This record gives sequence, C-alpha cells and structure tokens, in this order.
Amino acid sequence: MNATPGLQKKADKIDRLAQLMERTETTSGAGLWREAFRRLRTSKTAIIGGVVIGVFVLVAIVGPWLAPYSPTAQDWRGEVFPNQGRFVGPRGENWFGLDHLGRDEFSRMLVGARQTLLVGVVSMLIGLVAGAVIGAVSGAAATLGGEPGKRLDTVIMRVTDIILALPSLLLAVSVAAVLGQSLTTVMIAVGVVQVPVFARLLRGSMLAQGSSDYVLAAKAVGIRKRRIVLTQIMPNSLSPVIVQATLSLATAIIEAAALSYLGLGNPDPAIPEWGVMLSQAQRFFDNAPMMSVYPAVGIIVTALGFTLLGEAMREALDPKLRG
Amino acid sequence: MSLLSVDALSVTFAGHGTGRGAGRAGRATKAVDGVSFDVAEGQVVGLVGESGCGKSVTALALMGLLPRKGVSVGGRAEFDGADLLSMGEKKIRDLRGSQLAMIFQDPLSSLNPVVPIGVQVTEILTRHRGLKGEAARKEAASLLDRVGIPDPDRRLKEYPHQLSGGMRQRALIAMAVACAPRLLIADEPTTALDVTIQAQILELLKELVDQEGTALLMITHDLGVVAGLCDQVNVLYAGRAVETAGRRELFAHPTHPYAHGLLGSIPRLDAPRGEPLRPIRGSINDKIAWADGCAFAPRCDFYTLQCLTGTPELTEPRAPGHQVRCVNPVLPADRSADAAEVSS
Repeated sequence: MNATPGLQKKADKIDRLAQLMERTETTSGAGLWREAFRRLRTSKTAIIGGVVIGVFVLVAIVGPWLAPYSPTAQDWRGEVFPNQGRFVGPRGENWFGLDHLGRDEFSRMLVGARQTLLVGVVSMLIGLVAGAVIGAVSGAAATLGGEPGKRLDTVIMRVTDIILALPSLLLAVSVAAVLGQSLTTVMIAVGVVQVPVFARLLRGSMLAQGSSDYVLAAKAVGIRKRRIVLTQIMPNSLSPVIVQATLSLATAIIEAAALSYLGLGNPDPAIPEWGVMLSQAQRFFDNAPMMSVYPAVGIIVTALGFTLLGEAMREALDPKLRG
Repeated sequence: MSLLSVDALSVTFAGHGTGRGAGRAGRATKAVDGVSFDVAEGQVVGLVGESGCGKSVTALALMGLLPRKGVSVGGRAEFDGADLLSMGEKKIRDLRGSQLAMIFQDPLSSLNPVVPIGVQVTEILTRHRGLKGEAARKEAASLLDRVGIPDPDRRLKEYPHQLSGGMRQRALIAMAVACAPRLLIADEPTTALDVTIQAQILELLKELVDQEGTALLMITHDLGVVAGLCDQVNVLYAGRAVETAGRRELFAHPTHPYAHGLLGSIPRLDAPRGEPLRPIRGSINDKIAWADGCAFAPRCDFYTLQCLTGTPELTEPRAPGHQVRCVNPVLPADRSADAAEVSS
C-alpha cells in the first residue's frame, strides 16, 4: 500500500517528535547528581578544568613509559657544571634540557607527575575523611543532641578553631618535623592542615540543613534522630564538602611542594617530584631559570585545573540554580 | 469524648529566643495565650486568623516540635487521654507519624531535595509499621495512588524537584496518612498552591476525613477553605480564641467585631461596581496585652472604654455553643444595619 507523500511526511514528523519526547523523558528522570553532571558538561570552566586534570592523571599513569630516558640516570653528567654556571638548555635530544646533575628534565617531569598526584590525592583524602567524621559528629550533636550535644559541639569546634588559627604551613612543618622525614609524613602533614577546614564546612552545612523545613517534617512523622542525620541532613550537606575537596587538592599539591622546598619532603632526592624539583632548581635560578619554570608551571596548571573544576562543581551543585 | 482536647494552651518565647515566632530581643513574647478547643474523630476543626496570631505555633506545640530551649508551653492538650504537652520526647516521637501527623505549608521545602520520594515514604512505613523492601515499596505505591498521584511506580523513583507543586503536596499528604493517623494537623496546606490545585487538595483531605474518620485540625487564614471544609471554627486573635462557633453559625452571624470585620473584608463578586473593599484598619502589631483589655480594641470600630478594663471572657451572647470574647459584640438588635447586611 502506498501512502501519499504528504501523509508519509507527517508520519515521519510524528516519529521524530516521539523520539524527542522520549529523550526529554529520560533526561527529566535524572537525579540531582546526574543533573549536576549534565550542567558540568555544558560549562566551559568545567571542561577546561576536566581536560587539564585528565591530561595530568594520564601522564601520572603512563608517564614512566612515555619518558624517553631514565629520570634518575645521570647520563649527561659530563656536560653540566653547576659550579661554573654551565647548564644545558632545551635541545633535540633533551626537550627540556638537563638538570644540575645531568639528568633529562623532560623525563623527570613526566615521571614526577605520579608522585605529585599521589601526594595531592592522599593528603586531600586524609583531610577529607578525618574532617568529615569530626564535622559530622559535631554537626549531628549540635542539631539533634540537645544540651549535651551542643556542649560537645562547642568543645570540638573550639579545638578545630585552634588548629585553624595556626598558619597552615607552620602546622604542616611541625607535624612533618615530629613524624620524621618520609613521603607518608608529607601526606599526613598536608592532610592535617585540611582537617579543620572540612570539619567546619560539613558542620556548618549540617547546621543550616538541621533547621530546614524537611527536617521538621521528618520529625513530624516520627523519624528517629539518627536516621534524620543519616538520610535527611547528611546527603544535603555533602555537596560543599565535595567541592572543597577538589579545591583542596590544588592546595595540597602546592603545600606538599612547599614542604619539599623546605627540605621536609621525600628523603630520597632521586625520585622526581615537582615540588622537590622546584626546590632544587631555585639554587640555580640565575644561570638556568628554565629548570625552575618547568615544575612551577606544572604545579600551577594542575592546581588551576582542579580549582576550575571545583568552581564549576560548586555552581552545578548550587541548589539556587537547580531547576 | 473528643479525641483531642486542648485546654488553656499557652506558648511563651523567651526574650532573646530564636526560631519560629520568636519575638524581639530582650522581651518575652506570648505567641499563644490560653487557647482551648476540642477535636472529635471525623471532625474538621479550623483555626483561623491572620499572620502572627499563633496558629502555627499552636500546631507545633501540639506536635511537640517547638524548640525546648527558650520556649515555655503551658496548659494541657489531651490526646486520647494522654497529655501531649508533658509527654516525654521518646513517647511523643512514637506517636508522631503513627497517630499524629502534620502537613506543612510549603511542600517543596518540606521534602528532602536529594532523596527520592519513594525513600521518604517508605522510611515512615519502616519506622512505624515495620514494612521493609518490596512490601514497603508496594505500600508506598498504593499510598501515592490513593492520594491521586498517577503512575506511582515511576514517581517513587523521582526527586521532589521533578514533581509539580500539587503533586508534592499530595506526596506530603501520602506521607502524613501513611500510618492512618487519628489526628491530622494541616498547617496552611494550600497556601503555596494555585487555586485549582487548592480545590483538589481540599477535596482529597475531605475524602480522607470522610473515609477514615480522621480528625483534622485545619490551620488557615483562608476563609474560603474554612467555608468548604470545617465543621467547627476557632477564630484566633493575638494568641487567643475570640470567637468559636459552628461553620454555618459563624458565617451567618459573625459576632466578634474581628470576625465580623474579616468576613466583611472579603471581596464579593455581586458587590456593586466601584464599591471600595472594607479592610480592618491597622495591623496585628497594633495590639494591647490581653491582660489589660481586649487586644483587638485599637483596631476595633466598636470599642468603648469598657474594652480596656481587663480581659474579656468568653460568653454566648447569641446562641448556645457560639462563644465570643467581647464585651460589646455585634448583635442584631443594636447593630441592625450590619446584621441585616450579613444575613441577606
């Protein structure tokens, strides 16, 4: 049977409309996180940040295989004389030139990404987990614990205030000094600095949620306090903490670099790490400024990537913009 | 005997208190000042009044949801023989949701934005009826179906922001009636909704009362809601009931000058063109303490010096069961013009 062309056209149009509607149906069925993700994909800031982080993570994973030379072998030590101010800059053989011990700078940058990422992520996680636990206890006690809860909250918060009052680098330095020199120390030291930030943030967010209407509504149907904290208050309080986590990652990398710079970092100087590289290069800044520039730019760009993504996430999760 | 019997309920916020209804710094505020009423099973009782007259605070006090600190609650509120006001926190928490339930004004902020509707409904079923897993999900779906939400299985998985305003309020009602409570307190359940949805929600509440014999305490400032739903009406002013009567009696013969003024200020479709609306002058802030006289006196058209000689008592100047707190009530004899207008 032959349908008239006009009818066929109409039928096609209806089919297309049906497809379109199905698509909108599925997108409207998305939850909060999927909705936030959808908004992230359309945000320029998020895309730039995401690409930077993606490249960084990729390099951290495959860097050792990409590196043209060994990052620790002093293959060209006969060509570099730091005492006489003779260095080797970029050339065909060594793209970023050589460092002060005659090692290939480009290889060291590639391999060092992994260590840098590890320090950033682990120390951020230490701060996040410890801070979130403390903040959650404090927030739960303050919102639903009655008078004794409020007292507990006050005690916890005053202690975190004290930690917060110390300059972060000074605190990290003292933790590192007490625990001795190792990579673990660096990560703990940088993590500890973040603890009060996360704790305060989660607690504040929980307090704000604790006085909201839906918590009152949950109380009005007799839900127990513990469940109110877990199912009502917590899920709503987490988004600022997650955003802070991405921002902290950037700070953590810089702070770990600062510790290395002060000589409190990884005791094995042969293992490349951007912060350590930067601290070693600054001695030769007069004669070989590029040696400082590579790791510095690496740290800045990575930190910027995380900051951009964090900023975009903050916007995507902002309930005021939620449709 | 009635299911809920409230006797001389009073709520005072301490001077520098925070929270809902708290007064200005440094001065204690009596938000509710001796309110008494009864609610029987299957009966709809209205609490009517303008903003700040103590309606919502009354509801929160009955539910035990006022903050403990800085608030003192007096009087008695017997629910099924037990006093809600002096009950321990644990005991009243078990009653909330199972025997007592409340519907809030703003359905969007009363639902948790990051938790699917289904979880929020099943949580109550788990808490009070011990239902879990598939059984709870099925019951939740049938609850949503009962309050008129189409395609409940899909809606259970959705988040509050994906539902329309009317549907959110229906979901909240489903949560409130999940355990077939004996008393339902509705705190302005239709204020945040548009007019057509309002009518549907009121219809739904009416149905629940008729079918289940639930007692409903309806808190509203909307006289239309009162006219459509309530059996018994309490008009509150500055924390006290000023007039209590059956619905028909109140609308036919508003006797307290405040109730009289409220009904007189309603715009009417059949009023002659160009006739100005008749507001009650002043605002609820222009009041005097009940201890010194009638709080409404500064705004009253009929006030005399007698109104300032101590708290007026509730009397029945017009009909038995029609209580009025006024020394100078609007009666047909002495204000024939007004009475004639109202009864016409």
